[in-house]
Amino acid sequence: MTNIFAFNIPFVSIFLMMITAIITPLVPDRNRLPEKLSCYAIGIVGVLSAYLLYALTNSGQSIAFNFAMGHYPAPWGNELRAGPLEAVLALVFSVSMLLSLLGNFSSTQEDIAPARRNIFCVLVNLLTAALLALTYTNDLFTAYVFIEINTIAACSIVAVKEGAETVRAALRYLVMSLVGSGLVMIAICLLYDLTGHLLMQNMHSAIQVLVVTKNYMMPLTVSLGLITVGLAIKSALYPFASWLPDAHGSSTNASSAILSGLVLKGHILTIIKIFCRVFGLEVIHALRMDTVIFILGVLSMIMGSVHALREKNVKRMIAWSSVAQVGYIFMAMGLNTTAGVAAACLHIIVHACVKPMLFTSAGGLSNAAGHKKGLHALMGTFYVNKWAGLGLIAGACSMMGVPAFAGFASKLSIMLASFDSQFVVWVIAALALSSVLNALYYVPAVIVIMTHNEDARRNFTASAPTKLYNFTMFMFLMLNFYLGLFCMPLLRLITRGVNVL
Amino acid sequence: MNEELKAVWASFFNWVMGNGPRPENEVIPAEPPPALPFTQKPKDKYSRFHEATLKERYSQWLEIHGLHLFSVLYSGVSVLLCIVLVSLLLATVAELPPFGHERNPANNEVIERYVKHGGRETGAQNIVAGLILDYRAFDTFGESSVLFTAAVSVLMILGASRRNSLKDDSKPHTHDPESGILQRGPPLMHHDDAILRGVASLSIPVILMMGCVVVINGHLSPGGGFSGGAILSTALILAANAYGFGKVHAFFSERTFIVSSSTALMIYALSKGYSFFTGANHLHSIIPKGTIGNILSAGLILPLDICVGLIVAGTLYGFYALFSEGDM
Amino acid sequence: MLEKLLLNHYEAAAVILSGIGLTNLLLQRNLIKKIIGLNIMDTAVYLFLAAKGYVEGRAAPILIQAEGGGWVTNPDVYVNPVPAGLVLTGIVVSVSVTAFALALTLRLYEHYGTLNIDEALMKMTEQQEDIEAKISQAEEDVLA
Repeated sequence: MTNIFAFNIPFVSIFLMMITAIITPLVPDRNRLPEKLSCYAIGIVGVLSAYLLYALTNSGQSIAFNFAMGHYPAPWGNELRAGPLEAVLALVFSVSMLLSLLGNFSSTQEDIAPARRNIFCVLVNLLTAALLALTYTNDLFTAYVFIEINTIAACSIVAVKEGAETVRAALRYLVMSLVGSGLVMIAICLLYDLTGHLLMQNMHSAIQVLVVTKNYMMPLTVSLGLITVGLAIKSALYPFASWLPDAHGSSTNASSAILSGLVLKGHILTIIKIFCRVFGLEVIHALRMDTVIFILGVLSMIMGSVHALREKNVKRMIAWSSVAQVGYIFMAMGLNTTAGVAAACLHIIVHACVKPMLFTSAGGLSNAAGHKKGLHALMGTFYVNKWAGLGLIAGACSMMGVPAFAGFASKLSIMLASFDSQFVVWVIAALALSSVLNALYYVPAVIVIMTHNEDARRNFTASAPTKLYNFTMFMFLMLNFYLGLFCMPLLRLITRGVNVL
Repeated sequence: MNEELKAVWASFFNWVMGNGPRPENEVIPAEPPPALPFTQKPKDKYSRFHEATLKERYSQWLEIHGLHLFSVLYSGVSVLLCIVLVSLLLATVAELPPFGHERNPANNEVIERYVKHGGRETGAQNIVAGLILDYRAFDTFGESSVLFTAAVSVLMILGASRRNSLKDDSKPHTHDPESGILQRGPPLMHHDDAILRGVASLSIPVILMMGCVVVINGHLSPGGGFSGGAILSTALILAANAYGFGKVHAFFSERTFIVSSSTALMIYALSKGYSFFTGANHLHSIIPKGTIGNILSAGLILPLDICVGLIVAGTLYGFYALFSEGDM
Repeated sequence: MLEKLLLNHYEAAAVILSGIGLTNLLLQRNLIKKIIGLNIMDTAVYLFLAAKGYVEGRAAPILIQAEGGGWVTNPDVYVNPVPAGLVLTGIVVSVSVTAFALALTLRLYEHYGTLNIDEALMKMTEQQEDIEAKISQAEEDVLA
């Protein structure tokens, strides 16, 4: 990498967020200064990531590079690694984080006590830093440390809104996450013992040797299983997802948007890295983990939607829909081809853009209905807050996979990726069934908000949505259409990124 | 045949709807005389069990036994899961490289360089200190950030907003027997205890000195910022117990805690950031390594240990104060 | 297999301990006991790591002064330092997580008067039903 400026961007963006997090407690809490500071820092990270992406796609040389954290080369020190996939994900994460914060700027003020706002910003900055570190890290133990930061910060932004319910939800989330962390830690210790390395690429070569010589196959399988289950608990794959609707449904809108759109993705991305960079797809196939992931993914797609159908609370409904969407990602990973992993990454991006939009618009609509969250209470709110209504409709179309919306692109790429695999019939059946199930709960929601309701309309006492809110929804909608209509160059870029992962 | 099927179906349908023929051995109570319309009581849903439909019966059964059944099922499944996990892990452990063997995969070229050149490259006599604060410093920075995250989270959960909600409660700790909700009284008063104070006045200087020695000698001997910080925090906790939290607040308030740990972490981040940056870009770092074995050696390790010690001491005392007093 | 287990008896003990911790974490209804289970599990991992770092007959990884001055830097003298570093990180993570979990538990107790997370759920549903009943009662009153 000859471009020195681009070369330093991964390190600079992680440290920028960390330093912002560290100085935020010292910033005076006037004029919402801490939040503005966070927004600026995240914005700068977004611009830097965009530049990194530009530099990576336009450089003729090797497309991914390693960044040694310190004076010691690879197996001795920590390392970061950046390629097109990492740059795209960092860009999407920072843009989505920024829009989630901006869109819920006023609801954050209502929901969070003044004494806690400063700390909310610290936690948001730490989450961003942890996500960036998980995106760029090339070291399994660093990944573990930042997974823990992610977990603690995620649980406490659930509890940031005062109230008994959020405390209970945060505790449940924490207990489940800790089971996951314990399993991940045991697995990392086993892997270290077998390979003698913590760096992903050195582990990869050591594992290749073990597989070829058929040594230690049983411990290898067990550690892969433990690390997958541990991270699957944290990323809410179905049988382990019981904590998600409480945590995402009860917290403030900004927290829900960040948790659903981004925090889950950090853990899923770690699984992808472990599959591709540590073990390698052939080894995953030899250890049969791809089939397990595929089955769990399909189960999650169906059961997430079934649970969402039974919810009356709009935020909990959207939260259960996240479980279904996580199922899509795992199903695509279960195809165990480069195209499948690329489709999974595309779905990560799509979901990271659509889910914050859904939560933000649901927040706007329930604000219009006087802070009621029941679906029936939202009747006619489309006509009070049009941008929020449009956001919900676009999000619903995207989740159902209507062409020209973002969700269509990723579903299409999952289907295209499945043509080379043994699971093609299952993938098509699962996609069809899941789309119908998605329609069964999103279409009624859209119909409810668009039904004229003159009685209730007079009772709506909400303040008019701010310009910032409308602007954010506009940006979300544009992002949605961009992903839906022009996803092919992006998919090619991601495929290149997956190849050099 | 068709008629028979129909009859069977009808009886089944009646049974499902709860209108079926009663069991033969059931004693049918004598019909009470028909009451006048306005004295007739509405039928009690559950007293006539056989008249309830299948769905009602199911929901009634679930109401009584559901929670119990769920907890039994949950315990059964989790016990089974744990047994499976432990036996799987035991089988794994049996396959692992043998204990204490010098040719295990973990004893490879990575360890060789840490030991062989660690002293020269990091300047630290304690190889582990050199490892965690120089070779793998990014992990350790992340680890300090975990502590920072937990500290701000606990401060948020138990801090200012909770104090405001509890302040006007002047009743002692009691349980409301009906709701079971804890009524929290004012914080426990500090008891003036002559023995505790005497012991504390003798031991606090020793503990403080011990903590400082462990922090400052982190690069030469076992110890370092984390263990030394933990020792320092015990001195603060002992002081708070012996002389009351007010005395400690005089020089260590919530604001001091936030400012000191943020500043210490900031110094940590900036100095490590400098060495990461110079290292990755192959620039020369201006930090001297010193001679192995001296107090002033090992480059950044000593200042980093002091920063970490400050963070850990403050955070652990902060946890104690927040939990016991709801204040710090 | 038993022979091999006896050879790796520290690791086997660590694995059994972590199983005990996990069982506690899953089965105990009381949150404080759950957190204790979590700590048992973490400690088991440290035991495992410490056992993995040990090499028969070698010294702790702190440089020893050689006889003629200078330092002994022969890799065959010291045990593996990496697991010690990992254990240190693990301890700090576990302290942080424990403090955070205890703080949430304290808040839960103040809200619901119970340390049992399921009981808290039941109380919350009861409270919600009460509120809903009150609201519907109020609506009926208004209509009347």
